[in-house]
Amino acid sequence: MNTLKKFLGLIWMVLGPLAMTFLFLQAIEKVGLTHTDIERTNTILQWGIILFIFLPISLGLMIFGFYAWKGEYDKLPENSEEV
Amino acid sequence: MSDALPKNNIFKVIGASSLGTLIEWYDFYIFGSLAVIIGHQLFPEDAGASALINTLAIFAAGFIVRPFGALVFGRLGDLIGRKYTFLLTLVLMGGSTFFIGLIPSYKSIGYAAPILVLILRLIQGLALGGEYGGAATYVAEHAPENKRGFFTSWIQTTATLGLFLSLGIIVITKNILGAETFGNWGWRIPFLLSIVLVVVSIYIRMKMHESPLFSKLKAEGNVSKNPLKESFSHKANFKMVLLALFGATMGQGVIWYTGQFYAQSFLENTCKLDFNDSRYILLWGIAFATPFFVVFGAWSDKVGRKWIMLTGMLLGIIFYRPIYQIFLDDTDYTKIEQSDILSSTAAPASAVLIPNSTDCLRTTVTKVMLKRGASFNRVQTDTISVSNGILPAKEIIKDKVLAKPVFWKFVGLIFFQILLVTMVYGPIAAFLVELFPTKIRYTSMSLPYHIGNGVFGGLVPFIATLIASFSGSTPLSGLWYPIGIATLSLIIGAIYLSNKRDENIND
Repeated sequence: MNTLKKFLGLIWMVLGPLAMTFLFLQAIEKVGLTHTDIERTNTILQWGIILFIFLPISLGLMIFGFYAWKGEYDKLPENSEEV
Repeated sequence: MSDALPKNNIFKVIGASSLGTLIEWYDFYIFGSLAVIIGHQLFPEDAGASALINTLAIFAAGFIVRPFGALVFGRLGDLIGRKYTFLLTLVLMGGSTFFIGLIPSYKSIGYAAPILVLILRLIQGLALGGEYGGAATYVAEHAPENKRGFFTSWIQTTATLGLFLSLGIIVITKNILGAETFGNWGWRIPFLLSIVLVVVSIYIRMKMHESPLFSKLKAEGNVSKNPLKESFSHKANFKMVLLALFGATMGQGVIWYTGQFYAQSFLENTCKLDFNDSRYILLWGIAFATPFFVVFGAWSDKVGRKWIMLTGMLLGIIFYRPIYQIFLDDTDYTKIEQSDILSSTAAPASAVLIPNSTDCLRTTVTKVMLKRGASFNRVQTDTISVSNGILPAKEIIKDKVLAKPVFWKFVGLIFFQILLVTMVYGPIAAFLVELFPTKIRYTSMSLPYHIGNGVFGGLVPFIATLIASFSGSTPLSGLWYPIGIATLSLIIGAIYLSNKRDENIND
């Protein structure tokens, strides 16, 4: 199980930047599709919110993956003294 | 072992904590339940679908700042105590809700209206971010170790009951005032009413005592000097915050908001159900499912928290698309035969002049009753042009009222979705409390909870509606967001989380 945890850690590390790249590409595509002024402003606002929120979360997923890869989750703490 | 109270006292603690939390959820949810009406009030009349998406964005903004509220008030709670911190959050929440009820419409003050509502919505989000972690911690620190899941699950019912209360008050207010008056100014009443509820709750909370574990910590001089630093700069704590987020609260959040919010939004906006019907369905579903928060909370004391929560996620992943396909199929009235129609009554047509034009729009509403007991309004809007005559537009079917058997079938499907909510949400307070030590508990558990629920969950209606508006998408495309997030959380939770309960949280 610990080997699986480590191996999946690599996937989480890759998944973070992949998710962000996908969101950036989607944002560029969708903003490019709308031409009129107010619609364009709305679309930029919506995608701006999404990118702003999910950027730190994907960074968190990368750190989580890194910890998993380093074996930090092989044994979880069983009491607060171990935390 | 925690400093558990006698049973009567613990129920007093639960009652006082839960009432305030319930009111905060009520305040927070009336905005979402009235998104369509508020959208008409805050944005220009010709804004169309973008008014709804922008209103949902303002609604979502309240969720997005919840993690920041968790940091600010979590820190306060770990520094000065649980009791005074969640008194403060209650005042902020009640005040901002009351003021949303007083904001003038777009017609009166232009774009200042949505900006002011956005500011108040952000305060609501900050307050809620501070409230929940405090209430859950407060109850858990009073509860006996073998019943922590059972007692904290009462706090878990408050989010759903807050939604129930908000829907109930909205439906009652609308039925008393009538649809037109409610749309004009009656929608403000549920917001204004909040101030009464908050005053009652503040009175009750003022009489509460500080948590025994926090008092002990304070007496021993062991209160954290910088809970934020201890929570997030110590790798051992931070890695548990990340695990709680990605392995539990992220999936729990999307299951919660799909079952209780996206479902209502889908029934009202995609299936075009009647305002009351869509809310009655949710009200019945909530009423039947709410006791299961306590059932699963208590069960988690016996079998552990992990697998109950993950099973709820798995069932959501499997059944969401079939359930929403049934919603679509059973409300598709485009293929009805003439022989299905019992009666068809057209109201007198109304006409409005198109601004800066000599053309006008003529709207004809026909009420159609079907033999099976269902009904709907067929709305035809034609352009009457001086130069081109009448240009007929595509008709819209809306305000659908379901036949009784279909209505109860929908109640069953909503009940099932809320049952999944009770599985993921019932045990999670106890799970989070047990993950972190007392002196940084308020801060540490609040952050993953509010990122999972506020960001991943709160954005479900907004992101799902956005995805469904892409070209080439189907009405069910929006579901890929909660299904994808729940799948990721299920895999991480199943592999990395432990099912072992931490019996001693007094450390």
